[in-house]
Amino acid sequence: MEWFAQFFSRRRRYEDISISIQEHIEERTEELMADGMPRKQAEQRARREFGNVTLLEERSREVWQWPALESILADLKFAFRRLRKSPGFAATVLLTLAIGIGANTTVFSVVNGVLLKPLPYPDSGQLVSLWLNAPGAGGLANFSSGLQLSASMYFTFSDQNRTFQSMGIWTPSNASVTGVAEPEQVRSEMISDGVLQTLNVPPAVGRWFGQSDQDPHGGKTVMLGYGYWQRRFGGDRGVIGRVIQVDAQSREIVGVMPRGFRLVDRDFDLLVPLALDRADQKLAGFGYSGIARLKPGMQLAQADADIARLIPVWMDSYSNGPGTNPHYYEIWRITPGFRFLKQQVIGSIGGVLWIVMATVGLVMLIVCTNVANLLLVRAESRHQELSIRAALGASRMRIARELLIESVSLGILGGVIAVGVAFAGLRLLVAIGPTDLPRLSEISLDAGSLGFTFALSVLSGLLFGSISALRYARTQTSAIIGGTNRTASASRVRQRARNVLVIAQVSMALVLLVSAVLMIRTFAALRSVEPGFADPQHVQTMHIWIPDLLISDPQVVTHIQNNIVDQVAAIPGVTSVGFAGAVPMENNDPNWDEISVEGKSYEGGEPPLRLFNFISPAYFNTMGTRLVAGRDFTWSDIYDLRPRVMVSENFARESWGSASAAVGKRLRQFSNSPWQEVIGVVEDVRVHGVDEAAPATVYWPAMLNDPYTPKPTIDAPRFVTFAIRSDRAGTESFLKQVQQAVWSVNASLPLAAVNTMQEIYSQSLARTSFTLVMLAIAGAMALALSLIGIYGVISYAVSQRTREIGIRLALGAQKGVLRWMFVRSALGLTGVGVVIGLAAAAALVRLMKTLLFGISPLDPLTFLAVPVILAAAAALASYLPARRAAGVDPVEALRAE
Amino acid sequence: MANNPEHRDLFPGALELMILQSLRLKPMHGYALVKHIKQVSDDLLQVEEGSLYPALQRMLREGWLEAKTGTSAKGRPTRIYRLTDAGIRRLEKEVVSVEKMFAGITRVLAVAKI
Repeated sequence: MEWFAQFFSRRRRYEDISISIQEHIEERTEELMADGMPRKQAEQRARREFGNVTLLEERSREVWQWPALESILADLKFAFRRLRKSPGFAATVLLTLAIGIGANTTVFSVVNGVLLKPLPYPDSGQLVSLWLNAPGAGGLANFSSGLQLSASMYFTFSDQNRTFQSMGIWTPSNASVTGVAEPEQVRSEMISDGVLQTLNVPPAVGRWFGQSDQDPHGGKTVMLGYGYWQRRFGGDRGVIGRVIQVDAQSREIVGVMPRGFRLVDRDFDLLVPLALDRADQKLAGFGYSGIARLKPGMQLAQADADIARLIPVWMDSYSNGPGTNPHYYEIWRITPGFRFLKQQVIGSIGGVLWIVMATVGLVMLIVCTNVANLLLVRAESRHQELSIRAALGASRMRIARELLIESVSLGILGGVIAVGVAFAGLRLLVAIGPTDLPRLSEISLDAGSLGFTFALSVLSGLLFGSISALRYARTQTSAIIGGTNRTASASRVRQRARNVLVIAQVSMALVLLVSAVLMIRTFAALRSVEPGFADPQHVQTMHIWIPDLLISDPQVVTHIQNNIVDQVAAIPGVTSVGFAGAVPMENNDPNWDEISVEGKSYEGGEPPLRLFNFISPAYFNTMGTRLVAGRDFTWSDIYDLRPRVMVSENFARESWGSASAAVGKRLRQFSNSPWQEVIGVVEDVRVHGVDEAAPATVYWPAMLNDPYTPKPTIDAPRFVTFAIRSDRAGTESFLKQVQQAVWSVNASLPLAAVNTMQEIYSQSLARTSFTLVMLAIAGAMALALSLIGIYGVISYAVSQRTREIGIRLALGAQKGVLRWMFVRSALGLTGVGVVIGLAAAAALVRLMKTLLFGISPLDPLTFLAVPVILAAAAALASYLPARRAAGVDPVEALRAE
Repeated sequence: MANNPEHRDLFPGALELMILQSLRLKPMHGYALVKHIKQVSDDLLQVEEGSLYPALQRMLREGWLEAKTGTSAKGRPTRIYRLTDAGIRRLEKEVVSVEKMFAGITRVLAVAKI
């Protein structure tokens, strides 16, 4: 406690020291006066003998201090006092820094939450996504999930593998819950045994599913997601044992998963056991995602080899029914390409995020150069003060330290404000970001982000401070005190540092602008692609699912769907209604399978896989998909089960040469299936997004004979998306009427995924538009900052050279020539910056290649336009101060000083 | 000042030793200390003000001295330094060690003369 008391008695100590020293000098003075010296002289002599009073007092005080820290505190105090004295400067710097650091913190929080943090499962490094490559399986094996597993694969792999502790499969689904509130469609996940064991997160209440829950003939159970539990049951722990109606099936609630638990990257309301019947499995049915947990010490390659061994075993153990070849799948060339779960969750968003991070990082560099420039000007104005201090014995380190302390405290202050900026920015970013951004819920301003902000604040402070610190700690003391403002040459040396900064800024701004313009061009290219539907803001879509247990007869299902179409069509303002197995760009392919065209033979004997969709009459009319040849389905085609199909234009061209030639031709699915006649051809639809080619598609009627059963049985898609064309699409009153129309047909049918086609379309472009917005913001900031930089440098040069300008004018220089002199120097700097920037951009934009569409990374238009724009803007930014230079009154200029 | 050729540098601790010894006689203020040492050593030793005041503060911190508000000979306020018990113990220890050092140095010098 002694030091504590000391600390408070310190003020008294300091006073003691000065009193003692004061008395010392006075006594000595009096002594000298007693020897006959006049007072003034005696005082002077006494002081000279004593030495530097201030320094000695400081040394004496230091005994009581932790000297390094306290002098830093003193410097800090000084820095703050100086900042308060120039609020304009402080506000400019702090605002610039706050925006720069804030933008970086925001993006870093996203990068950290999405890419860097481990997944929220115990030992998540051992979790593996069971990704299968199948180059021969056409659209069934796509970029987002590879070839999914079939149930028979799961049984084979899970029973016979040697490398995994546990393994499970699941498939997302929608479930109608009745008996809790009004009928509600909720997100459910059908999971097999092993999924929860693999993820290994204990339930919040109750228990996991066990073996008995997976028994297809056992008791029916369900687990709740945390959000649903809170929303519908108020977080009541007594829900365990309650029975709810899920798709008209009574299920007992056995457990609730904890807050924040997601099934890989999916948030869900219900977990339902898959309850697969082992006895009833075929080879096919590739509809499940798989995850597994590696045994400790096992590598991915070992797991791949292990499962590769089991693929032939799988083909030997199951079949697709009598008369089918179980080794057909050899042509699919299925191989395991397992990947860590985190990699699977992140997907391709990593590239986008790193590019955005790099972009805002570059903006931060520009911010730093701008602030460095401002600090240089400020240090310039203190030039004399610093020189005098150096002459009086302040060491270079001391002066450099003071300048650095000032800049670092600016950095940290900026960082503090930046946290606020980041907080707002994060909300904005999550709002405008693509909704398919994985791990969205894990993004937050946490300790990691705050640590990043702090580190960035200090580092940037050191960075922009070091330039003036290096510059001014090095100054030759003698050269400065004498020749202050009169020499032009001194300012030229000082101007050089600022010029270099401006060049750096211009080149960085160029890189950012080039990438922003490339994104704009990409976006424009994407927008100009014909998606295969028209006027999407007037098409309302919604999912309606009719579960087996509610309506078992497929023919009744089709009648209900038909009734819904009729009821909705009667709503005022509706011009057309239809439905399909899937609408474009919802990442939901109804099916892929083989199609053979009559009279055509295929390499290897097996025809390629085609995308299937199941549609109602008027669906194409509603979507605005053009009929190229032939005619649409009619309801009698459907109810009479006529063997008719429609095809896409690219399928028609590939198979028969032209759309019109396709009408009346025949195709079929399997060799034992009946031939189907092509009645119509529609334009190609980019179902997987405008940046992916439209797949060749076969459109089946909404009710048909199931080709997968041994005997012909009637089947109808139970999960369909309705499309309604109306000028009122998306309005609340309209949706209410639609809901009433649906309920007038069957009151147990909830509507889900209610969107306009425009929303779906925008969402499919969300990743591009997100990147575009981010790069455009960064590019605009960069442009503004570098223009401010150019403006600052030129106007500073003008103010420094006022005298010279006055002389020139007095000697008869033309004002135009003078203006041009300054604009030219700005253009010179810009030119150098542009050349460096172009080279850097050419090298860096290659990294963006995967984000671009329809243009080359070295798009000539962009690389030509951006420098021109930048040069024009630079000319304007320098013209303003240059005009001031030409307006200098020579008499005033020469009289000044 | 520090490089005045007439006065050689004192060895470390010497200044403190002299301050302790001087204050043992009677409490004094800073200027009096300087004058006292100068007088007693017959002008052979000159205390640098540059070292005196920091040294006094160091010794105050160590608890060997205490400072009291007082008045100088001319009646102006100043600070009087006085030795504490800890200061006396310190002085005795230092005197012993310095005497040993001088004895050692003397012997070495005596041998060198032969």
